Amino acid sequence: MEHLIIAPILIPAFAGMLLLLEVRERQPLRRLTGLVSALALIPVAVSLYLRAAGGDIQVYQLGDWAAPFGIVLVLDRLSALMVLLTSLLALPALLYASRADDKRGANFHALFQLQLMGINGAFLTGDLFNLFVFFEVLLIASYGLALHGRGPARVKAGIHYVVLNLIGSALFLVALGLVYGTTGTLNMADFAVKLGQLDGGALELARIAGLLMWVVFGLKAALFPLYFWLPAAYANATAGVAALFAIMTKVGVYAIARVQGLAFMDGPLAGLGRDALWVLALLTLLLAAIGVLGARRLGEMVAYLVVMSVGTLMAGLSWGSPEAMGALLYYLIHSTLVCGGLFLLADLVARGRGKLGDQLVAGPAPAGRAGLAALFFLGAIAVIGLPPLSGFMGKVALLQTVPSPLYWLFLLGGGLLGVVGMSRAGSTLFWRATGDGRARRLDRPRLVATVLLLGAAPVLAIWGEPVLEATVAAAAQWARPELYIEAVLGGGA
Amino acid sequence: MEAMVAIMIAVLVGTGVYLVLRARTFPVILGITLLSYGVNLFVFASGRLALDQAPIVGGGPSTDPLPQALVLTAIVIGFAMTAFLVVLALRGQGETGTDHVDGDADEGGER
Repeated sequence: MEHLIIAPILIPAFAGMLLLLEVRERQPLRRLTGLVSALALIPVAVSLYLRAAGGDIQVYQLGDWAAPFGIVLVLDRLSALMVLLTSLLALPALLYASRADDKRGANFHALFQLQLMGINGAFLTGDLFNLFVFFEVLLIASYGLALHGRGPARVKAGIHYVVLNLIGSALFLVALGLVYGTTGTLNMADFAVKLGQLDGGALELARIAGLLMWVVFGLKAALFPLYFWLPAAYANATAGVAALFAIMTKVGVYAIARVQGLAFMDGPLAGLGRDALWVLALLTLLLAAIGVLGARRLGEMVAYLVVMSVGTLMAGLSWGSPEAMGALLYYLIHSTLVCGGLFLLADLVARGRGKLGDQLVAGPAPAGRAGLAALFFLGAIAVIGLPPLSGFMGKVALLQTVPSPLYWLFLLGGGLLGVVGMSRAGSTLFWRATGDGRARRLDRPRLVATVLLLGAAPVLAIWGEPVLEATVAAAAQWARPELYIEAVLGGGA
Repeated sequence: MEAMVAIMIAVLVGTGVYLVLRARTFPVILGITLLSYGVNLFVFASGRLALDQAPIVGGGPSTDPLPQALVLTAIVIGFAMTAFLVVLALRGQGETGTDHVDGDADEGGER
């Protein structure tokens, strides 16, 4: 079953194309196709993860062209972990959207599948140009999804999102041109090898290429000063889409980690741009915390929490040690699932409040107030990082592995602002509400989807040790680029 | 020839950046188009510029075919994205009643 590596790309690609053929708007059929595909991704991702957990890096050569001449997909612990995380997030998000939100525009399900294809492809590819192509696949699907459901606010946020990402793509192409012009390769492993042989002007050009890539990936990850598009785009997107988008910023983080781990760990350009990333990450953390405090809608608040998690992750990444990487991967899994769940919860709350939606003003109690309040409490504790849930464990691991008082100050200070913001939101929405919301009933499947995602917080806390062991192992492998290079180039060269 | 291509790329990217910073969607779209032209030329030039050489094989020195394939991919993607952006801009005008990039009503500011 060596072909299983490409399955996370092919399954959603086929499902997406099948869905495009279904033109008669038979919504149940579309939902079934989408859900079956999302469900099928989970066992595939699990078996790929188990395979990668053996410790060997596996390479899939497309068309059997040996690297560096053909495109390769690479399955190591890190990419397997990210694919698994995507599949675990996608199913509840799609389940939630399949209740009614998918009817508000054509081709929702096809776009959702193509989005999954792009994300999985970006995680698996071992080729820089192929990474660009998968970025474009996931971006154009995300444009459609972000705009799904119409409305002036969405269009306005959508124009900013699309224009910014088109400029980002142009910069990425410039970086790729420089990479190819200086090293004559686009294979990531080969690039890492050739980079070590450069000197003089070519080395400076390669440095520019690397820094341009940080800008592009920083835009995807929503790093300061490139995060301003995110709160509007995410807060205005349909709930299921916003939940899936929780992983999109992590694609940027992953891309930086991957390229940095391979090409810029040692050699002539070791630690390229690390100081700048460190400062920008801390500023992102601070400004996002202020954003959480100042948000006027619950969805906007969760969007700022996503930005905050990016700041937390990027600071840990730019610290650069394998230990910090292990801790931040745990935090990445936690923050992706919990933020996704909070987006769904924000929508559940908004549904019961009529015109007020998810605005943070006192109004009628949402349907099923007690249950939602309990879920909100759980999610808030997890995302802020209070004991005993997963956020706390992630933050403790990060604090232990990034011994910098400055980082501690920003992380804990940001957490404090988060507590204030979230408690204000919770008390406004649930305590100062009129009525008790018993008249209306909550939609069960929607509730199940939300619970599935927010349930990650206690699950990741109870089984924290094995998860942390897995992420630490992934980080240890990540910190030894020679293994990756050997796996990609060793066999074919 | 290198200098001419370099100047051409610089002019395309320069005008592109200027137009992208405008406040109306139409100039922004034109700017992105010019920007992508410049970038495509840049990627093409990364395979080194050569005259009168065989495209791939055919005896003697040949040009590098890979950047041409890359540019082709980039052009196709660029086309699709531009088409999408045009439609989005039109819908933005339809929904918000203005072609301002922020969707705000006209403030009588500069165009």
